[in-house]
Amino acid sequence: MNAPLMHDAGPLDGPPPDATAGGASLAAVEADAGWRAAAQRAAQVAAQHADAVDREARFPSEAFDALRRERLLSALVPQAFGGAGLPLADVAAICEILAQGCASTAMVYAMHQIQVACIEAHGSASPWHQALLAQLVEQQWLLASATSEETIGGNMRTSACSVELDGERLRIEKLAPTISYGAQADGILVTARRTAESAAADQVMIVALRAETTLEKRGGWDSMGMRGTCSEGFRLVATGLAEQILPTPFAEIADQTMLPISHTLWAAVWTGIATDAVNRAKAFFRAQARAKPGSVPPAGLRLAEAVGLLQMMQARLAVALDAARVAHHAKQGACQADLPLSALLGFASDMNTLKTSISTTALQVVHEVLMICGMAGYKNGTEYSVGRHLRDLYSAPLMINNDRIAQNTASLLLAQRPAAPGRA
Amino acid sequence: MKTALRRILSESARLDVPPDTLADDADLYAAGLSSLATVHLMLAIEDEFDIEIPDRMLTRRLFSSIDSLAAAVSELQQAKAAA
Repeated sequence: MNAPLMHDAGPLDGPPPDATAGGASLAAVEADAGWRAAAQRAAQVAAQHADAVDREARFPSEAFDALRRERLLSALVPQAFGGAGLPLADVAAICEILAQGCASTAMVYAMHQIQVACIEAHGSASPWHQALLAQLVEQQWLLASATSEETIGGNMRTSACSVELDGERLRIEKLAPTISYGAQADGILVTARRTAESAAADQVMIVALRAETTLEKRGGWDSMGMRGTCSEGFRLVATGLAEQILPTPFAEIADQTMLPISHTLWAAVWTGIATDAVNRAKAFFRAQARAKPGSVPPAGLRLAEAVGLLQMMQARLAVALDAARVAHHAKQGACQADLPLSALLGFASDMNTLKTSISTTALQVVHEVLMICGMAGYKNGTEYSVGRHLRDLYSAPLMINNDRIAQNTASLLLAQRPAAPGRA
Repeated sequence: MKTALRRILSESARLDVPPDTLADDADLYAAGLSSLATVHLMLAIEDEFDIEIPDRMLTRRLFSSIDSLAAAVSELQQAKAAA
């Protein structure tokens, strides 16, 4: 699906360029422990400020200072450009760890990695985008995206605005109802029609840099949850070079990279939020059991249920990460035209159900946790509070509405026709 | 058959260009055929010609042009007549 996954091939890739002979395996082990510990340190910082970020609906700047310090913003960038070159599964693990500290931090981190993946998978042949990746590693840049547009609604697969080309220079003007952390981003990936004459669905994606972008705030972000993502509305005006347009049509970027990676990393974030809530329920349950030795408190049944559901989420996520890797290898190996369409459509529907099931199950899990912790969970500011978890998770079924996704899945299912016994 | 295919394309495929202006060997994906539209196109073809396209024939190549669709429909109709 995208190049970062190539690193999962492991032995096929050979040792990283800077590894000395014989030391490669040891270095790999250290690197593994390194990113996990770094993510945990950043998650600790995020957790300390999570309540303030939520209360004030402000960007989690302390957590992002920590993420930059740990150089985790370039986790997905290949080693050839100076990044850590982690496979998608490891980046998903980082999202999960961060979400246990602060959901907004984890969601912003996930959205940033989705943009990195798009550039990496579809711009790696373009010198401008190669230089951008190297720059991103060096400066630990944060990337956002502007795919929605006023008058277009939620469908990111059509645009009203278009690229205005003047020789080598380009200009775009877009009314974006939402650009998450737009005001904090160092670069924004913007969709637009290829030319002023192009059809609404003939889109390209442009990497706009902060120095040449002006954002005029048009709407605030006083929301139920995910308040730290600062998903405000803006009028965006960006200028730059024609080379800043990704060479692949946006339709392909969306199908092959943006949607599958979004659904996978979002699912990791939601799983992390549910994990933290379950940990709170476990602590509450232990305290209850200690107070009355010899008996199991009634909340135990709900805790068992919540843990079972959480494990289903973790397993579903693991399956998706495996499928993403397999899909990527299939694409590398075979001619695209002869790939079975059912496999491609099946992959798309699997990614859809990943998103819809994890988003709804996460809410179910935290609902169980609230029943277990009772008033201590309902109140803010206790060690068992899960109000923020619930409010943050209510965004999950809405980020690309689950009903719309289910309708799309239903269409995709029409193409799946396993051979029935006794039939050709 | 190609006339029927063009009609189905205009009804189900939601292309960027009118199917009447497409050559038999024109690339349908370049004309804006999306993966979701292929599903509806496939069902409409199955209904029109009373066939079921088996999994092994479902590739991007099958939907790449009116020629390739017509060849597949003929093959399935012949197989059905022989059975």
